[in-house]
Amino acid sequence: MLLPQPRGPISHGVVRLLKDDRDEPAALTGGDEGDLQDDDLQLALWMLFELHYRGFADVPAGREWDLDLLRLRAELQERLEQELRSRTATAVAEALTVPEADFPERLTALIDAADGPSVAGYLQRDATRDQVVDFMRQRSIYHLKESDPYSFVLPRLEGAPKTALAELQYDEYGAGQPHRLHQTMFGDALEGCGLDREYGAYIDQASALTLATSNVASLFALQRRLRGAALGHFAAFESTSSVPCRKIARGIRRVGLPDVVAAYFDEHVEADAVHEQVAVRHICGALVEQEPALAEDVLFGAAACLAVDALAGERLLASWASSDSPQGESSLMRAAASPTSG
Amino acid sequence: MTSTDREVTVEQCPGGPLLVRGADIIRDAEGTAHDVTRPLVAVCACGKTGRPPWCDGTHKALRRPT
Ligand SMILES: [Fe+2]
Ligand SMILES: [Fe+2]
Repeated sequence: MLLPQPRGPISHGVVRLLKDDRDEPAALTGGDEGDLQDDDLQLALWMLFELHYRGFADVPAGREWDLDLLRLRAELQERLEQELRSRTATAVAEALTVPEADFPERLTALIDAADGPSVAGYLQRDATRDQVVDFMRQRSIYHLKESDPYSFVLPRLEGAPKTALAELQYDEYGAGQPHRLHQTMFGDALEGCGLDREYGAYIDQASALTLATSNVASLFALQRRLRGAALGHFAAFESTSSVPCRKIARGIRRVGLPDVVAAYFDEHVEADAVHEQVAVRHICGALVEQEPALAEDVLFGAAACLAVDALAGERLLASWASSDSPQGESSLMRAAASPTSG
Repeated sequence: MTSTDREVTVEQCPGGPLLVRGADIIRDAEGTAHDVTRPLVAVCACGKTGRPPWCDGTHKALRRPT
């Protein structure tokens, strides 16, 4: 993957630093709608995190530990964490006061109480073929590295939660069969839609919230301090997948896309019915038993996942609703046309 | 067939499926055998799944007060 097009002063500064042009990035300023919807900030953070995953072909590998980049990353991370904490404070406080609940019950109650708009329901019944493809393109940003963030958490755990996380990841990584690797299955599904399966191929078209979805997982998973939040995030992600995937698979078949596209979602109906239980009970439940002080952070991570997901769903549905002409702008084209500098 | 000391364990998740570890085949009430393809499987316990014998999350719709 090559570096994406900058979308404003912060991402522009990051690109310059990555290319070893020793310019400081512009001073950080806040967007009107908060950092989660700030294209420039989310892209900048996404690039900084990406150095720890597959990186960029046009960036020297040593940049991963560049002190200026790490300092900037720390500032952006701090902002994102604060925004997430304030957005989720109420949900976390409520989950902490559920009477006489064990931890898995608390976590499940928090997850069940979330009610974002149903993108899956729309895909099942109403979406056009182009909208389904649009959805797949946005999802490619995360699903081509699906569950990778949480692998960073493994060495920070011990005992039962570690064994459970390794078991879950083994399944995400294909249970010994490369063609069952979920990232590869998503690549096959992209191809089935006539899309490019290359990692990062659609980064320039990814909306701020698509980037934020990935960034929040990285924010938690790359910091040992936030290991509880990372696993809570994973649990919420897995727990809100099985039922939506069933609907999405129906939508995919309804618009006549090939079976290989639906196969990824069929696999997740079944896999995530298991993963949900493993993540909530065997991973998060066991972690909080070992380290009761992490309970609040686990709930925070789960609430953050649900909050970003709800916001992203709202925006995606709104973008589809406002593009009803036959060749109306897709969410992507609009995202790609959003103001960039440089 | 080699002798094995592997055991099959079953865990009932409250309000959810049965988690079965170590099985090769799950045989349903009609006698049909279903291959187990992952280390741990979730077998439907609410009877409402659309993909029997596997859990598909439908139990959530049952516990949600609508
Ligand atoms: Fe997966
Ligand atoms: Fe999963």
